[in-house]
Amino acid sequence: MRYGRLSGLVAATMTGVLALTACGGGGDAKDDGPASLRMTVWSANEAHLKLFNEIADEYRKNNPDVAEIKFDPLPFENYTTTLTTQIAGGNAPDLAWIFENSAPDFVASGALSPLDDTLKKADGYQYDDLSPATLKLWRNDGKLFAYPFSTSPFGVFVNNDMLKKAGQKTPAELIAAGQWNWDTALAAAGATAAKSGKAGLVVRDFDYKGWDNLATFWTGWGAQAWSEDGRSCGFNSPEMVEAMTTLHKAIFTGKALPGPGTTADFFAGDAAMTVTQISRASLLKENGFDWDLVPLPAGPKGPYAVVGQAGIGVMKKSPHAEQAADFLAFFTNPTNSAKLAQFFPPPRQSQLTAETLAKTNPKLKPEQLQKVVIDGITNGTVKPSHSGQAELSQQVRAALDPLWKADADVKGVLDGVCSKIQPLLAK
Amino acid sequence: MTQTDTRVGPAAAGPAPGRARPFWTTRRRDQLTGYLFITPQLLGSVVFVILPLVLVVWYSLHEWNVLAGSFDYIGTDNYAALADDPNLGPVLRSTGLFSVGLVVFNLGLALLLAVLLNQKLRGTIVFRTLFFSPVVVSLVAWTIVWGFLLQDNGGINGLLDTIGVDGPNWLRGEGTAMLSVIVVQVFKNVGLNMVLFLAALQGVPAELYEAAEVDGASRLRQFWRITVPLISPTIMLTSIITVVGSLQVFAQIAVLTQGGPGTSTTVLVYYLYQQAFQFHHFGYGATLSILLFVIVLALTVLQWQMRKRWVFHES
Repeated sequence: MRYGRLSGLVAATMTGVLALTACGGGGDAKDDGPASLRMTVWSANEAHLKLFNEIADEYRKNNPDVAEIKFDPLPFENYTTTLTTQIAGGNAPDLAWIFENSAPDFVASGALSPLDDTLKKADGYQYDDLSPATLKLWRNDGKLFAYPFSTSPFGVFVNNDMLKKAGQKTPAELIAAGQWNWDTALAAAGATAAKSGKAGLVVRDFDYKGWDNLATFWTGWGAQAWSEDGRSCGFNSPEMVEAMTTLHKAIFTGKALPGPGTTADFFAGDAAMTVTQISRASLLKENGFDWDLVPLPAGPKGPYAVVGQAGIGVMKKSPHAEQAADFLAFFTNPTNSAKLAQFFPPPRQSQLTAETLAKTNPKLKPEQLQKVVIDGITNGTVKPSHSGQAELSQQVRAALDPLWKADADVKGVLDGVCSKIQPLLAK
Repeated sequence: MTQTDTRVGPAAAGPAPGRARPFWTTRRRDQLTGYLFITPQLLGSVVFVILPLVLVVWYSLHEWNVLAGSFDYIGTDNYAALADDPNLGPVLRSTGLFSVGLVVFNLGLALLLAVLLNQKLRGTIVFRTLFFSPVVVSLVAWTIVWGFLLQDNGGINGLLDTIGVDGPNWLRGEGTAMLSVIVVQVFKNVGLNMVLFLAALQGVPAELYEAAEVDGASRLRQFWRITVPLISPTIMLTSIITVVGSLQVFAQIAVLTQGGPGTSTTVLVYYLYQQAFQFHHFGYGATLSILLFVIVLALTVLQWQMRKRWVFHES
């Protein structure tokens, strides 16, 4: 019997401990006391986070009602999925970094708080200095739902050493001769790949899946994924067919781009050129190869620019939405915007000068800044975005897959893309 | 612990008149002890299994827009959408292909390895360890390494190149992508089934083989007439585990192919993940998970029913 009583005691204790553990934790200090803010970001880059934390520390000095500001880096590949899962799980951040491809969904959903009033009221904010072109994507019904934190144009990073070794003209030389276009760029890439055994030109983050990065290519032909109003498919337009035929030839005949399933990292010295955003300049290594940054080559329709955007929004569900918006106003005021400009091209017109940007971008020359960054932001086309982009993007990816074979029927595949996505666009 | 005969009901041993029976009888105390012991496990099951299961049914009756924060009751609309979904056919086909491929390759190879390693030869222990070791490796790490090997310019094609074979682009071809995912999964888990088969093989009495030998039965005949019937309960067990596991494949697809090329490797669980977590159709995702539940349940019941036909000792 004593044994029975003892085991009863053990069982009761175990249950008690379990119940206590289950109840512990999760004690959230909602609106009482100083707020604790959390912002999800995609970058885990130490230099980026150091600067963010410096600005946050400065803010907290003058705002005792905010006890903590935490920057929470989420992996780039699954950023939006992780963010929405957090929101679904009732664990939404107070502020969130949002990519251009999910901008329409976030802006139209009502998940974000409008920011106009807070930003306009903030001391010395100079709201009118924000370039209207950069605000377009983040507006809905006349209200601003996210601050265009980074407007980063695409350019071409070049490994001059590799091109010269292969006996090719560098893009700088081609630009000087007025010959910098996709024909010459792809020819140089193909020839360099053949000579060096490495890759020619890499469209970064494309990898035969992230097709929206190809907008950096087809925009040169005047093609677009869908019409301005987002209701009709542009994949089977004559411009797109021509652009994709050129790309297909460059991959499978000219071998100017690495084929599907082959990876090559420009910044590790595996490729002669890469198309990517200038914010990737931070990946360049000191004392590495001789590199250059040039604008995108001209297409048949002439010179053009493409930009990628990211915004920061305040989640409406946040219990501290007001403080979060106030912090955002401080984070992006003229002084801090100038500091952040070294990594993230700002939307402020007064700061979009080669002179200002040069101070904080020691790796880039003033003429590179002018040609790629400033001209890009002013005239650039934003990468494709649409409401329900995740589903649309998946359909396009799956329908484009047959294109990445040597014997593909380009027109047929692109017609297939349109028949897949047209019902979604028309919704 | 002392065990009383619990079949004796309270009515049979009724309290004597005028004498109050103590509440804490041995039987009640034992019962309470038992319940307290299973409480932690029970709580875990309720919170992490039963409750989510009920919630999934509830979610499947709603349209849940995470971003807008709306959660609207739509009745059986999601189930109607299931019937109209043009992607569902190809998805179920891919799922079926994966399951059949996995079960056939996995069980076939596991049985072959088990028979080979059941011989009393030197070095079999080394091989057993070798084939079992992938089972304890992290699934994602295993898959990522295979992803590198299967690249167009990866290790496998490099190896083929040395013998003059121009290997295909494994993960980008419609046929080869599914084959690659199956093979990666087979190599990962074949060791587990192999060990189960080995244990079963060692339980087959040696005298049966001796008797068969005396009767002049060939090795092949011995295998089919003695080994297979006697290990059939294990074949049953491994096939249920493998079928159920194959229907739940996710990480391999997410890491290796993301459902591509086209939708050739989009299996049901991956499609469910896309719908819920990428396209934000949580209600429809829940409906797909109920479909998965029904399929798994039906297959398991079917296998269980069929055991009488072919599992030794069961007929």
